[in-house]
Order: sequence, then C-alpha cells, then structure tokens
Amino acid sequence: MKQQRRIFLKGLASSAGVLLAGCSQTEPPTYGNVLRMGDLLTYKAHRLLLPAHSLAREYDYSDISSVPAIGTTNPADPDKCPSFDAENGSAYERLLANRFADWRLVVEGSVTAPRGFSLDELKRMPSRTQITRHTCEEGWSAIAQWTGVPLRSVLEAAGIRSTARYVQYYSYDDWADGIDMMDALHPQTILAYGMNGRELPISHGAPIRLRVEKQLGYKSMKFLRRIVVTDHFDDNGAKGNIQNGWSWYAGI
Amino acid sequence: MPDPASTSQVAGHRRWVRICHWLAAAGFLTLALSGFFILLVHPRLYLGHAGNDLTPALLTLPIGNDLRPDKMQSPVVFTELPGAPVTAERNFPIFNQNGWARSLHFLAAWILVCAGAVYVAFGVVSGHIKRDLLPRGRELAPRALLQDLKSHLRPAVGSVGTGPPYGLLQKLTYASVMLVVLPLMVATGLTMSPAVAAAYPFLLDLFGGYQTARTIHFFGFAALVLFLLVHIAMVIATGFGRQLRAMTWGNPR
Repeated sequence: MKQQRRIFLKGLASSAGVLLAGCSQTEPPTYGNVLRMGDLLTYKAHRLLLPAHSLAREYDYSDISSVPAIGTTNPADPDKCPSFDAENGSAYERLLANRFADWRLVVEGSVTAPRGFSLDELKRMPSRTQITRHTCEEGWSAIAQWTGVPLRSVLEAAGIRSTARYVQYYSYDDWADGIDMMDALHPQTILAYGMNGRELPISHGAPIRLRVEKQLGYKSMKFLRRIVVTDHFDDNGAKGNIQNGWSWYAGI
Repeated sequence: MPDPASTSQVAGHRRWVRICHWLAAAGFLTLALSGFFILLVHPRLYLGHAGNDLTPALLTLPIGNDLRPDKMQSPVVFTELPGAPVTAERNFPIFNQNGWARSLHFLAAWILVCAGAVYVAFGVVSGHIKRDLLPRGRELAPRALLQDLKSHLRPAVGSVGTGPPYGLLQKLTYASVMLVVLPLMVATGLTMSPAVAAAYPFLLDLFGGYQTARTIHFFGFAALVLFLLVHIAMVIATGFGRQLRAMTWGNPR
C-alpha cells in the first residue's frame, strides 16, 4: 500500500515536472493525460494529412441564419458574464461609454514592433467579408456574415519574428486562448468588427472578435483585448482551454 | 486439401477477427457513451447547414437541455433578409460535459477506425469478407430469407456454430454494420469537423450540410445500439459462455 502511494506520489511529482516544463514546450503538452494524448494525435494528424490552404465553406447572403449569443454577452455586466472580473469589467464599461474610441488592440510578444491598434486603424486596413458557418461545440450551428481585417495583416504590421510559432489572445471577459501560426495566418482568420453588414453587437463580442473558421466556435474569441505572439506553446493556465478540460485544438 | 469454408468452421473466429472485434467493441461502447453526453447539451436535430435554438428543429429528443427560443432573452432582428434572422442572448449556464466527452469520443474513434482498417484489410486479403459476410446471389431469394427468419424463432442453443459460416440474416446484419453503418458514422463524423469539411467540402454536399450529417450520425448511433442489443440477445440465445469464449480465446482444437 505504502509502496503504491510512493509510486503514485512519484508519478504526481513527474507530471508536475511536465507541467512546469510546459513553459518551454514547442507543441501542446499532454500532461500524461490520455484524453490530451488523443487531442494531440488528432491535431498532429490534421496538420500532417489535411491540405494546409483549404478554405472553410463560404455561403450565400440568403443562407444567413439566426444566431444565439451564448457565454459572455456583456463583459461589464456580472449577470451576463460567467467569468466576470471587476477590473476587466469596469475597463470594458469605460470603453463602451465612448463607443470604443479608447479601445486598443495590443499586439506584442515575438514581434519586431509591438504596438496598439485602434478600432479606426483596423477598419482602415484592407478588409475581408465572409459568410461562414459558426459551429458551436454544443452541436448547433449558425451562418453569419463577418467583416474584419485578416489577423495576418495585423501580425505582419507588427512584424512577426521568424521564431514565432503560436498566437495567444486575451479577452475582456477574462479568458485566454491560442492558435498555431498555420491557423493564425489563414486568410479566413479575421478580426471581425462587422456582422451581417452592421457593427458587431455587444453580445457577439464588440468591438472585435476573432473568427477562426477551421475550428469550433469557442476558438473564435469575443471581446478581444490583447494578442501575444509566442515562440512556445502556452496553455494559458487556469484561463485557458486545457485546464478547464477542453481540447486546445478544436479543428476536431 | 480441406475446403476453406469447413476449415473456418472448425477454427471458429480467427485471431485477428477476435482482436479487432474486442477493440471495436471497446471503441464503440466508449463512443456511444461519450456521444450520448455530447448530445445531452443540444438534443435538437436539424437538416441543412445551420440549426440552433432560434431555428425550427426536425426533431427534439426528450433528453438534456431543451432550450426553446422563449427561454432566450429578447430576440433582436439584425438583417434585412426575408424571414428576418434574429439573435438572442442565453444568459444562464447549461449542463455541458462536452470537454472530456468530445476528447474521449475522438480517442475511441481512433481505436475503432484503426481496428476497422485492420479488419477490412485482413478481411479482403484473407477472403473472409467475401466468403463469410457477403451473401451469394441465390441466398437472397425471398424463400431463403423467409426460411432464415423462421429459423430464428426456434431455440438454437447447440445447433449454431461459434463462427462462420453465418446464416443469411446474420451475414446481412454484419455486412451492413461493418461495411455500411460504421463507415457512414466515420464519414458523417468527419463532416462535422470544421477542418476536415474545409479540406474536403464535397462531404458537406454529399450529406446536405453540417446539421444533416449530425442528424444522420445520430440515427446511425441509434441503429448501432439496436444492433448491439440484438447481437447480445443472439449471443445469449446461442450460449453466452460458449460464444464469449469462442470470440475471446478461439475454439478449442
């Protein structure tokens, strides 16, 4: 019994070692968890077997459907934000008060010219409009038209370093997430400020949400605040997918 | 030189059949359980590409979260389209176990797909699929079918072997589960993957959209669960211990 406990504790200690080593990982770690091993196998298989440059299906204007707004529908309102954080919430409330004129999207990390982008600045950059399907992990789907600036253009404006491997993003409802460079540079991966020909509604992530069309909806983060380019994988700790029990890669 | 059919009868299930059978069984049970949990969070089925709580459902299953539009907050029209698509907020938590359930679903899918690929490869090369699973033309005569159906109504313990040759309905059932329903499950499952559907958009057209693929995936699941129940009933009816031993250790020589 004691022997078993010792083996268990030893195993625990070594998985803690793996957890700490996660800081310098160059690919998603599994933490010795069999489910994460399956996730990693699927991610690797997709990257190995699927053509890199395929586009998600784009639909006609008449295909646009009703769209539920779930999760956070206003980061400033504790009743509409399950992950409400007072500091972020009041910051969002102030931004909302002057219609995001003071909002800046900070782009930093493994870039040559880290800087903040204002909403007007992003809207002046060449835009892309796409009518795509939002596929929620819950099982529902919705089709909407999204207008925004390709993430690639913004990252290139900040100067991506050649060592960069991942793009992390952070939101006003206090979540963090990330994608690899292949999805980050994909032409349909956009920072959307328009939805169905109008300004992006608050409930859908104003002023800007990410669209990652080749992954499930939860990767398309709403209420963007900050983007960090990294050389190494970052699981984003308690605010990220993995430690909340969700697969980091959701191309599925 | 013994006739191959009689050899297989004496030998019962071949080793690779037994290994693939149990891997597939473990994979299928895990897929069914995790799939059920995935379904609980949104037990509404649709046709086409888009379907959600704000659009009409083809079928609402009486399990899990049923979120009718009236439970959502204040729908807002936000296009000039006819039929005026709306958006509405959902500001309450729902029962959602999809994190572990989906990861487990794919882990089990890898096991099932690998076991299935090995099975089909060995099955084609060894002639097992052609010889033991696919009915010959004359077997499909209505009278033969009726006779096989009748024979299922008699107690069968002892009179039935523990491997090929199989009866007509048995052949048809195994062949349709392994060569039709399971491949259909894999194909509709892959259609639901945004990355795979982007790479192979013909899948969306083949099944008529993401939601149709999901609906087919559900009915495939229902068919496979029905198969499992009948399969177990037949195993019990023809000697549970005997059949289980034959599928696990092979026949004693």
